[in-house]
Amino acid sequence: MDFSIAAFLVQDGLISGAVYALLGVAIVLVFSVTRVIFVPQGEFVAFSALTMAALQAGKTPGTLWLLLMASAVACMLELVGSFKTGDKSRAVRALLVYAVAPAALAAVMLWVLPPQLPMLVQALIALLLVVPLGPLLYRIVYQPVAHGSVLVLLIISVALHLALTSFGLLVFGAEGSRTPTFSDERWQVGPLSITGQSVWVIGASVVAIALLAWFFTYTFRGKALKATSVNRVGAELMAISPTGAGSLAFTLAAAIGGLSGLLIGPINTMFYDTGFMIGLKGFVAAIVGGLVSYPLAALGALLVGLLESFSSFWASSYKEFAVFTLILPVLLWRSLRTHQIEEDEE
Amino acid sequence: MNRGRIGVAVFVAIVVLGPLFLPEGIITMLNYTGLYGLVAIGLALVTGIGGMTSFGQAAFVGIGAYATAYLSTAAGWSPWAALVVGIVVTCATALLLGALTLRLAGHYLPLSTIAWGLSLYFLAGNMEFLGGHSGLSNLPVVQLAGFAFDDPRKFSYLIWAFVLLAIWLLRNLLASREGRAIRCLKGGKVMAESMGVNIPRSKIVVFVISALLASVSGWLYAHLQRFVNPTPFGLNYGIEYLFMAVIGGAGYVWGALLGAGIITVIREWLTDVLPGLLGQSGSFEVIFLSILTIVLLQRAPEGLWPFIAGRFAAKGDGKKAGVPVEDKAMPLPKRSAEAAGTMLLEVKQATKRFGGLVAVGGVSLEVKAGEILALLGPNGAGKSTMFNLVSGVLPLTSGSVSFLGKPIDGLRAHDIAKLGMSRTFQHVKLLPNLSVLENVAIGGHLRGSAGIGRSALHLERAEEASLLAEAYRQLDRVGLGQLKHVPAGGLSLGDQRILEIARALCADPSLLLLDEPAAGLRLKEKEALAALLRKLRAEGMGVLLVEHDMDFVMGLVDRIVVMEFGQKIAEGLPHEIQENPAVLEAYLGSVE
Repeated sequence: MDFSIAAFLVQDGLISGAVYALLGVAIVLVFSVTRVIFVPQGEFVAFSALTMAALQAGKTPGTLWLLLMASAVACMLELVGSFKTGDKSRAVRALLVYAVAPAALAAVMLWVLPPQLPMLVQALIALLLVVPLGPLLYRIVYQPVAHGSVLVLLIISVALHLALTSFGLLVFGAEGSRTPTFSDERWQVGPLSITGQSVWVIGASVVAIALLAWFFTYTFRGKALKATSVNRVGAELMAISPTGAGSLAFTLAAAIGGLSGLLIGPINTMFYDTGFMIGLKGFVAAIVGGLVSYPLAALGALLVGLLESFSSFWASSYKEFAVFTLILPVLLWRSLRTHQIEEDEE
Repeated sequence: MNRGRIGVAVFVAIVVLGPLFLPEGIITMLNYTGLYGLVAIGLALVTGIGGMTSFGQAAFVGIGAYATAYLSTAAGWSPWAALVVGIVVTCATALLLGALTLRLAGHYLPLSTIAWGLSLYFLAGNMEFLGGHSGLSNLPVVQLAGFAFDDPRKFSYLIWAFVLLAIWLLRNLLASREGRAIRCLKGGKVMAESMGVNIPRSKIVVFVISALLASVSGWLYAHLQRFVNPTPFGLNYGIEYLFMAVIGGAGYVWGALLGAGIITVIREWLTDVLPGLLGQSGSFEVIFLSILTIVLLQRAPEGLWPFIAGRFAAKGDGKKAGVPVEDKAMPLPKRSAEAAGTMLLEVKQATKRFGGLVAVGGVSLEVKAGEILALLGPNGAGKSTMFNLVSGVLPLTSGSVSFLGKPIDGLRAHDIAKLGMSRTFQHVKLLPNLSVLENVAIGGHLRGSAGIGRSALHLERAEEASLLAEAYRQLDRVGLGQLKHVPAGGLSLGDQRILEIARALCADPSLLLLDEPAAGLRLKEKEALAALLRKLRAEGMGVLLVEHDMDFVMGLVDRIVVMEFGQKIAEGLPHEIQENPAVLEAYLGSVE
């Protein structure tokens, strides 16, 4: 291996690492606020990339149907809930949020928008379709069992992942797609050739993480979210709604996932089930950070990205094996640090 | 004969006679139910009962299947020899993975099972000698004493022989000393360690057993199909096994089998019916099963088995027929009592810091055989921390603890229990679903010796009878004898505390640590407890006691140590303590 190959592999690893870092951060966020280990995080990635691809092909993306179906179920749940409590304003709100808004979106998508749109608008539409899935899934799947044990929530997450992937196969089909790059620029720096797309990915990832840091440090809702993750009961006593916090965490996770999908879509060919592998790598990163530390998770993500790109050079068929085996020494290191009898989970 | 037994008999009759006349399609489903059921039963043990979620069982199935596929084709071995090798390799892998990951808290374990499940899958798909992604074919037919299991009907007997054997062994195991230790893994780890159960060992044992069952399932699968490739051992199948256990009822051995049956049948049915119904083919059955799992977990987290078991349970007085107690059982050997005045416990300058907080700062105390020492102090004085330091639940920051002249700081709780120290907890720790008697029997864990093998084969019934008789004797001694078959969770808080004392006594300790035993007791019960403690003292036992009730303490104990803010502020005879100005200030505010 000479320097230029190494430099290329590092660049490749950094690009994937930047996306894994975003996902790792989303997973830590969702877990710390809701205790949900969000296995379907990768689905947001795949769905947003495939939505983008469908828009560019001038087709109606299948995500729209998923959004409409999820909205209908959530609307029903809310209506039943408001009927039981006799809360009329909740029913009206449910109809507006879960029926009128999605219907309007669908109408615009199907009949108003011209088939060819600028790329930026397409990206916005893709996000508009993917991001609401976060809070919708939270409402339908997790909110009814918000107090369940971590393990119940985890098994539910896995089931949801399977349901979403199978749905993805149904609406997007088995063939993969790749979206065009945002930028075709190339700069030669010494032996290194830097692509515009890689600058986009790393830049967007850094900006997104900086925005999140700003959100948690300087905004009221961000602080409320942080409070919930530190002490759920305490936050609730301070009138921070755990449901609201959960919903917000899922919205952010979906937004991060959607963004990652747009970023990675031009680099990797995306299939309906690619998201899972990408999401899992985010997980490995998150676990490196012990599921609590954001900076460690981001560092872990870079490590995963580099490991992946170097092992794909040396032994490409063992690439996945190498990434998932990385987790074992990390776990060993963690288990050596905990030696007293663990207290039982409540 | 109760309805449960009839249910089992009917079920056995179906798997024995069914293959003679049932149609091919049903036999296939029965076979797959058995194959999946074997894995799901192991998961019930590890997840439902042991509290450790594993998504990686399919990888163990794969090891069993590939071991026999390789050895019986390329190496030309007998499938039975390959079965043994497969089991050995699986158990070794499970031991290694378990040693790496089972000490991790709650959610790390399931995540790591996902990771190594994937690793093993990718490894198998890339190994040249295992046939890569296309796999290995032409496996030989399994033969036993000249009988060839060469079609699905005949093979069905082989599968179900293994399944029923596994159920029998597991149910035996769960109704034994080791079984009680395993049940402690979910919700009673700290307590069990203090009763002498080696929790890390129990975890590994349970994990290895579940891997072993998965490996056997893989062997059966390989010889039923006579072909293997990596697909059935990937993560998706690992997930599906967990769904089976959860849908059926992960806490129940039969429930896991039920779940395996339900998923097998539903999937078969869905793949046939749904595409026709919806006019297009796709993975509808996965969507359906996933949604079913989600809804079920939202509505019935215990799974479906409890509903069915409820129908089979004997009606009548509604009481569970408890474990019988035999009067004729051989009494357990007792520890020889220490001579009165022997130094039992010697704590020197014990210190415990939690970050910047000094919970216990340089406290020394000693307890001799045949004496009761009370540890007094206002709330937050560090008394319970002191207990945890002495019994090994928490490690010391500095200082030393010795028991019977032997340093014990740094030992694990179960090793300390072995030396003859037993304790109760301020916040009662018991297994609410087990009967009072079984809870007390956990205390006798170290007085039995039957291991996993003997327990699973029920060769330890004499010892088990002695253990239960001893548990009953202690229960009777504290006055709870008539409640022995009630679930422990149904007792009043006061009775639960008394139960903890019986459990501690069941360990036949030389030193008894009691954390607020009289809280929640009525006057008569307190008097009975005091009488019991006096009797134990007369027998030469040492007692260290944390208590708030002054009347109870003053008339009973020999010496008192008083703590405040983690420091020892006084030590002496009860009447000296009553007049000690520092103590009065701590309890009543300063005396001007």
